[in-house]
Order: sequence, then structure tokens, then C-alpha cells
Amino acid sequence: MPQSADKVLDHAPLFREPEYKEMLENKKVKFECGHPDEMVKDVGEWTKTWEYREKNLARTAATINPAKACQPLGAVFAGAGYEKTMSFVHGSQGCVAYYRSHLSRHFKEPSSCVSSSMTEDAAVFGGLINMVDGLANTKALYDPEMIAVSTTCMAEVIGDDLNSFILQAKEKGSVDTDFDVPFAHTPAFVGSHIDGYDNMQKGILTNFWNKKDAERVADDSINIIPGFDGFAVGNIREMKRVLGEMDITGYTILSDVSDVYDTPSDGEFRMYSGGTKIADIPGALNAKATISMQEYCSKKTLDYCAEKGQETAAFHYPMGVKGTDDFLMKLGELTGKEIPESLRLERGRLIDAMADSQSWLHGKTYAIYGDPDFVYAMAAFIMETGGEPRHCLATNGSKAWAAQMEELLASSPFGKDCQVWAGKDLWHMRSFLNTEPVDILIGSSYGKYLERDTGTPLLRLAFPIFDRHHHHRFPTWFYQGTLTVLVKILDLIFDKLDDETIEPGVTDYSYDLTR
Amino acid sequence: MTKLRQIAFYGKGGIGKSTTSQNTLAALVELGQKILIVGCDPKADSTRLILNSKAQDTVLHLAADMGSVEDLELEDVLKTGFKDIKCVESGGPEPGVGCAGRGVITSINFLEENGAYDDVDYVSYDVLGDVVCGGFAMPIRENKAQEIYIVMSGEMMALYAANNIAKGILKYANSGGVRLGGLICNERQTDKELELAEAMAAKLGSKLIHFVPRDNIVQHAELRRQTVIEYAPDSKQAQEYRQLAEKIHANSGQGVIPTPITMDELEEMLMDFGIMQSEEERLAAIAETEAQAG
Repeated sequence: MPQSADKVLDHAPLFREPEYKEMLENKKVKFECGHPDEMVKDVGEWTKTWEYREKNLARTAATINPAKACQPLGAVFAGAGYEKTMSFVHGSQGCVAYYRSHLSRHFKEPSSCVSSSMTEDAAVFGGLINMVDGLANTKALYDPEMIAVSTTCMAEVIGDDLNSFILQAKEKGSVDTDFDVPFAHTPAFVGSHIDGYDNMQKGILTNFWNKKDAERVADDSINIIPGFDGFAVGNIREMKRVLGEMDITGYTILSDVSDVYDTPSDGEFRMYSGGTKIADIPGALNAKATISMQEYCSKKTLDYCAEKGQETAAFHYPMGVKGTDDFLMKLGELTGKEIPESLRLERGRLIDAMADSQSWLHGKTYAIYGDPDFVYAMAAFIMETGGEPRHCLATNGSKAWAAQMEELLASSPFGKDCQVWAGKDLWHMRSFLNTEPVDILIGSSYGKYLERDTGTPLLRLAFPIFDRHHHHRFPTWFYQGTLTVLVKILDLIFDKLDDETIEPGVTDYSYDLTR
Repeated sequence: MTKLRQIAFYGKGGIGKSTTSQNTLAALVELGQKILIVGCDPKADSTRLILNSKAQDTVLHLAADMGSVEDLELEDVLKTGFKDIKCVESGGPEPGVGCAGRGVITSINFLEENGAYDDVDYVSYDVLGDVVCGGFAMPIRENKAQEIYIVMSGEMMALYAANNIAKGILKYANSGGVRLGGLICNERQTDKELELAEAMAAKLGSKLIHFVPRDNIVQHAELRRQTVIEYAPDSKQAQEYRQLAEKIHANSGQGVIPTPITMDELEEMLMDFGIMQSEEERLAAIAETEAQAG
């Protein structure tokens, strides 16, 4: 046997040993009954044609590899950003295992979240008992200060009414009447994780701001909603630094996950860590304005804030020079603070770096996919570097988003050859990359199959990133974060260039030490 | 603008719920009210008499055609009928498949989010049958209908359904604002119908809002896809519906938390009225028939 205790082989080299190669070949011939290799290859080639692309685009009955997740994932993420808050998903257990593993695989951190464990009887009689027992157990076992309730498809299909259930559970004594149990209906078959995030944010604010004694007395503070973001740990910390540079202290970040998904290993397990102080939420009602860093993560929440009398402003994931400029100028306008010299210098340094690398960036072509705000910001920044976005895809992008994208692309000559794909999936993207190839693909870990199938190098900048570690700890927002993004893009370009010019005596005529 | 008032009509299938609600709302519009009707019945016949046409494009039907509810525009589903009454049908699956209850939830969420409730004084939900699942209870959730009107008659199964609906209301009344507005009896010419309806209302802790007499003119109007108000505005029956509309209009905030009764109590009540026989009476009756035959 090739495997031995003295020298343990990982599965990948192990399966390349002759015994395994033979076994796998045998299995293929005797049991798989597949089409001949030749045919598989031919059909594979055909899927790269324009003809197949037309068929692919005409597809109506199936979605293949959507670049989005479901509502409760966003709701769990939003709930996690509040101090000592346990996310509680009313519905079946398997769904909740998915939210936990998805977040854990990305952040490499434990992700606490409970389920009301509905089974067949609950589907027939309604999940009230599960809610009553579930809230009581959650409080008793995990001692949270707030329980944020969302729903899975099952509870939504049978029409469980969270408002009524939570009130009844409280009447039955599962938690105290004044214990905070905000909730949001988050049917997974509607919208995506960004809508779930929005619904839960609104649910939490409503829980506090609609209380009987809550009355808005306007002050000068501002609220900031970060939105669903795989780079939240780095980005929220960077945002606090930038606010510090601006000398702004009167602010509340609504759902701050930066310490939640980045706990130290010091011998103590922290089920809850950091997060927006619950005591700060009622006061956030008084804020002068609520700013959202991602428009499509907060439409309903901002409407609600406006209803309460606050000013609102929304950005698209503030990356790039203009993206950051817009954000800082709005902050200045709202708070009356000057943008300090330190940030002006950061801006200058970013532009200097972009200019230094200009010759390598100019004319590079890109395909970008991810959440609507991310794709917007990414395309905007790419155009700032002289790059040309060619395909911008958001499975959870709406018609309104597509219109905003078109407007953005029309604002620069680098955007003229770009196509916007709202509601399309990654199998569509495969066709686009095969028929209209680009230099770089920007997206999530799921793009690695596209990288393999189409030979387009992938830059991982969108949630989820499962197969590379710790990138979320480094910011991508504002001038400083954009610098990180710039370096990632350049690294990819140079690595690819080195690969293409590395063969001695054949392609190494320009294997330059200096680029 | 006055505060939006939301009401709902529930009742056993075939009781004349849609006919009663549409006639009443047609009368209500004469009182200067701006009305939106939300049909919550997969058959989509809650707005036929107002629109003078057969079932319109429903929310769910169009959503299925377009791929998702998100692609739908309000104008696609909101139709205007008799005296500018706005009408929407939620629609739903064919009998035997899918989940009509979820359809009701989807439709109502869509309407709220897309501003269908702006600029109306009344929203009226027309809901089929008993409250059979969470979806059909959607109109009685918090911040939806404030009062429920149960359409019933003197028949036992109609009374049974009315009691069941009261149970559904009770479930939500404790946690929200929904109340039982009252009973509307659609005359079927059963024995002691008025008295029975009043007794039932009293048992539920509510009142009989109106006793709508049977009149063939309703049939005539219905065949022409019209309400009586439109077809024969000066008829006696039109007057009845106007009275009902006025009573409902004046009934704002007068709803109660119902006190549904048990099946035994319901049967006992029917026996008291001599409509149903007790087991002993039944046996005695059989014995008597046999004796006569013998």
C-alpha cells in the first residue's frame, strides 16, 4: 500500500499513486457507464461557443450556481453584530447549520446561532411550541441579552406569525416580557441575504424605536449601517479609524461584527464578543442621520429611519478614490467637520500608487460578480485604474441596480464595452468568459471553477472566501483599503505575466526582475 | 386623509361572502370612501361584480409568468372598477397542488411594499372558508385588518364555520389588534334564522350587524356581473346593502374579542332552537315512524 504511518500522504498525492489510479480507472470503465471521453471533450468544447451561450441565456427553468445566498444568512449576520445577541432562526435545523458553517468557513471563527428545530408536527400544527420552548432554552443555555429571530422557508410557507408567536411565548413565560426579542420574516425563497440583512436591521431598530416610551429628540450624532460584507472585520475597523481621523465621535455603528468574527485565542471561548451596545440602540433614534455603506443592504431600514425623521444617505461599498471621496464629503457635510490633512495624504498616496502602476493596469479587462453594491464599487475603481469592466453580474441585482450600473459605466470611456447582467448566475458567467474572455475575474471562492474551466485568473474579493485564509482581516474600504485591493490586482497581473514568460530559452526573453 | 381602516370578510365557502362584501363595498363607496379590495381566494372571484368581468390577472399568476414577484409592477395587478374601487386578486394554485396560504402572504406583502395601500380609506380582504392555515390568517395579523366580519346563515355548517373563524380571531386578538366586528347573516330561509343568528352572535360575545334578506334580484345582478347597487340602485335590496355599509362604517373601533364556543355548546344551541334533534329524540322519531309503518 502506498500509505504508511511513517510517511502519511495527503489524499491528493495519495490518489496519484499507481494503485489508486488503477482503481479509479477501473471504476470508471466498469461502473460509471459514462459517455466516451471523446464525446465529453467535444460537448465540453461546444459549451464554449456562442451557440451554447445563446441557449444558456435563453434558459428559464433553472438557476445554476447563483452568486447569492438566502435571506436568513443575512439576518443571522446582522443580528450577530449586536452585543450579546443570539440569532435564533425559527424553522428547520439543517438550514441553520448552513448559516453557521457558511459564516465559519469564511471567517474561520465559531458562529453562534440557534434553531427552533421544527419537524413534521410543527409543520402541521404551526411552530408556536417550538418558539415557546426555543426562546426559553436559548435564554437558559446561552444567556444572551437579546434574541434576534428570523425564519426559514418552512415557517414562512405555513405562515407562522412571529409577532404573535413571540408575544404568546412571553405570556407563557419563556422569557420576560421586557426581554428584547426583535424579529424579521426572512423567507429564503424571496430576495437574497442582503434583503435578510435589511429586514433584520429594520426588525431590531423597530423593536427599540417603536417602544411606547421611545421618542425622538434629535441630536447631532450619526448612525452607520455597514451592510453585509465578507471583509467586515477589516472594513469596520478601518471605518472607525477614518472616523477618528475625521474627529467624529458621536456615531453608532448599527451591527458591528468586527470583534464578533475575530476573537483571539487566549484560552477563553467567547460566545459573544463586541458588537453594537444594546444600550446604544434606543439613543440611535435621536441621530441626525443614518448612513448606509451599501444601498442594497438597507433599503427598508433607511425608509424606516427617514419615517422617524432622520436624514439618510446610501453609498455603494466605498472603495476607490471617488467612492471614498463621496463618503468623506457626506460625513463632513453631516457633521460639519473638515476632512483632515492625514486623509488628504492617504488619498494622494493611493493616487500615486495607481499612477506608478498605470502602465500595467491600463486596458486590462475584467469580469466582476457579487452583491450589487460591491460590483458597483469594484467597477468604479477598475475604471479609475484605466481598466475596462466587460461583464458586471449580480444574481441579486435588480433592474434599478442595472440602471445605476449603466449610468456609472456611461460616465467613463473605460465602461463603454461593459455588459450588465442583473439576475444572471455563474453558469451564465461561464459562457461570457468563454465567448468574450477577460484578463481577470473578480468574485468569491465559487469563481474557482470558472477559473479552472475558462483559464481566467480569479481575484477573491467577495463573500464567501472559503479557500483562502484571513483576507477579511484586511480592509478594502476607503483610500487605505483600496490600496490593498490595488496590490491584489497587481500581484495577480504580475504573477500571470511571470508564468507566461518563465520558460528558459523559450518565453523568458522578458522575464524581467524589474516590472 | 383619515386613518386607513382595514376590514376582512370571512365565512364558509358558498355562503355568499363575495357577493355580500362586494355589494356592501359598492354601497360604502357611495359614502365617499376610497376602497381597495384584496381578494384572498385562489378562485379569484372576489372582485368580479365590481369589475364587471371575470377573474382578472392575479398577483400570483403574473408572478409565476414573470418568474418572481420582484419582477411584478403594481399597475399590472391593480384594476379599477365600479366608482373607482381598486381591486386586486391574490390568486393561487389550482386545487390539489401548491400552497394557497403562502400565496396570500406573498400577495399582501407585495401590495404593502409597493404602496397599494397609499391613498385609500378602506382596505377590504375577502378570505375563503375557515381560517385553515397560517396563510389565510395573514389578513388578521397585527397591523392588518382591525375588524373581521363573518358572513353566515342559519345552516349548521355555516354556524360551525363562524365559530371556527372566531377561534382564529381569538388566537390573534391577544397578541394584536384584531377584533370581531360582527356577524352578517345571509338569509337562507332556514327555521328561526334571525333568532338563531342573533343567538350565535350573542354566544360569540358579538352582535348581528345585519340580516340580509334573500332576494332574487341579487341573482339577476350577479348574472350580469354587477352588484345590486349598480344593477338596481333603487331596489329594496340595494337599500339593505346600504344599511349594512352604514353600519359597518359606524362600527369602527366597536369590535370585540370573540368568545367561541365548543362543538357541544353549538349543538346544544341548535337543539334549543329545535333545529337539531338530540339522540333520544332521534331514536323516538325513528320508533314512531316504524310504529306507524307497522
